[in-house]
Amino acid sequence: MQEGAEQFAIRVRDLVVGFRRHIVIDHLALDVRRGEILGLVGASGGGKSVLMRTIIGLIPRQGGEIEVMGSSINHDRATRSAAGRWGILFQQGALFSSLTVRQNIQFPLRENLALSEALMDEIATAKLEMVGLKAEDGDKFPSELSGGMTKRVALARALALDPAIVFLDEPTSGLDPIAAGDFDALIKTLQKTLGLTVFMVTHDLASLNTVCDRVAALADGKIVAIGPMRELLQSEHPWVRAYFHGKRSQMLQPKAS
Amino acid sequence: MPSGDTLELRPGGSWTAANAATLERLSDDVAPQLDQAGIVKVDMAGLRELDTLGAWLLERMSRRVTSAGRRAEIIGVADNYSGLIEEVRQVNRRPPTPPPARNPIVAKIGDIGRGTIGASEDVTAFLQMLGSLCIAILGVMRRPRSLRLTSLTYQLYRVGWQAIPIIVLITFLIGAIIAQQGIFHFRKFGADSYVVDMVGILVLRELGVLIVAIMVAGRSGSAYTAELGSMKMREEIDALSTMGLDPIEVLMLSRILALVCALPILSFIGSMAALYGGGLVAWFYGGMGPAIFIARLHEAVSVTHFQVGIIKAPFMALVIGIVACSEGLRVKGSAESLGKQTTTSVVKSIFLVIVLDGLFAVFFASIGM
Repeated sequence: MQEGAEQFAIRVRDLVVGFRRHIVIDHLALDVRRGEILGLVGASGGGKSVLMRTIIGLIPRQGGEIEVMGSSINHDRATRSAAGRWGILFQQGALFSSLTVRQNIQFPLRENLALSEALMDEIATAKLEMVGLKAEDGDKFPSELSGGMTKRVALARALALDPAIVFLDEPTSGLDPIAAGDFDALIKTLQKTLGLTVFMVTHDLASLNTVCDRVAALADGKIVAIGPMRELLQSEHPWVRAYFHGKRSQMLQPKAS
Repeated sequence: MPSGDTLELRPGGSWTAANAATLERLSDDVAPQLDQAGIVKVDMAGLRELDTLGAWLLERMSRRVTSAGRRAEIIGVADNYSGLIEEVRQVNRRPPTPPPARNPIVAKIGDIGRGTIGASEDVTAFLQMLGSLCIAILGVMRRPRSLRLTSLTYQLYRVGWQAIPIIVLITFLIGAIIAQQGIFHFRKFGADSYVVDMVGILVLRELGVLIVAIMVAGRSGSAYTAELGSMKMREEIDALSTMGLDPIEVLMLSRILALVCALPILSFIGSMAALYGGGLVAWFYGGMGPAIFIARLHEAVSVTHFQVGIIKAPFMALVIGIVACSEGLRVKGSAESLGKQTTTSVVKSIFLVIVLDGLFAVFFASIGM
């Protein structure tokens, strides 16, 4: 058990989540290894975001166990103390619109650490430059940013406290292929330099193929297939086959063989 | 640990955000020594953990040394941290640009100028909205079928019907308070019975409609601004105009018309409630029975007083509706701007309602009503 806790960043056992009678996640089990990038795919409305939000404690569960970095997560205040150990990139960025970009990045620092103003500015600029933005962008307000910049700032904020795990909810949705490719490369670089564990919900086949170490497929409230991309391409599960062998996925086929 | 001209630093333990305060103090303490040493060696072999914050603090120390023209060496870097240290070496290279210094006097004059232009823009926006509303009304008159009856009914229900309880309660209390104060002070002159004149004229001419208009501005005007503002934020209004529909006709006409219809009715109900409250106080506090109260009221007020009050209502409704809608359309992307615009809408419409009331008072006095 101790070894398991060392090896896995997230362990989910027997998880059940539902809204009234409607069961979304049905006795699901999932392990995320430390230092890997795990991509989660699933049908729209199939519970991907629900699974992610349950793991981070935003949605109460009906049953099961969730462990993140060795400590169990409940839907209560104790979960907040775990907040320092994870960073979350929401789908729309969820930047605080009344704060500037720099203040947004400094927000977790300010709330959790006692740092001098000068050092806080330097850290914020460092994070901005690490996600590929300029120091001047720090004075802008979220409403002045483009979609790609919003995602980058949100990532910088998620990484502000150097968390061990980051959760990314559709990080490349709404970005053009070039920006999406840049963003993928950025995640990969940061994962390498900072030794992050990344849990990524995505529909972007290209980023699944290039960035993710492993891919998990969620269908009917369960993980029906998990493994490196080439294993998933050979999966026999009908939904997984339909997902990866549909017309839009043809571009992946040469790599599969 | 200085050895001759060479200062050797051996950071150890966890250089992570969790120990941020200690680390910052440590790196500040070592700064004077850094300035004296010739060569600085940083031996990182003892580091157990490192994150961006720690890496940046170390990088900042080595930059301090190199910028003074001396040499800093970092040795013993573990493989898994070399990427991070390389990455941190690239950042914060350009000095932060200080915000341009502004002369306070010039800045003040600039603010006044901007305020003036802003005020004239407000007037323009109001007139523009009034104009577009007239065009929309003309359009509806030409094609009566284009009036959105469902929406109008729903808005009437919301701003009219649902507002009745609170309006009745507030105006009832106001009427009661006026009557009580009147009786209390008029009694000294033995003029108790003139309380009925005061309550009647004051409520019917001024207070009934004014209180109701202020209530409606706070209750429905703010709701209009917030609704239209969040629709603007989510690009719903842009979506409407790209479908070839006029947002003014679709969204605002029914809202403003509903207000214009509802406010006179609410004013009437409110005035009656105030008179009722005044009557009750006159009965129980002043000892003036209902029959006498009604008889005196009959003598004191005429239909003119009632007309003066009720004529003002639709105009006030128009002002509230136009201000609420045009402020809603001025909302920009952020949640803060939505709040600001909603506040502005309520403050501005209450102000304009009172100004309008004053103008009407002058007008009615000059035509002898």
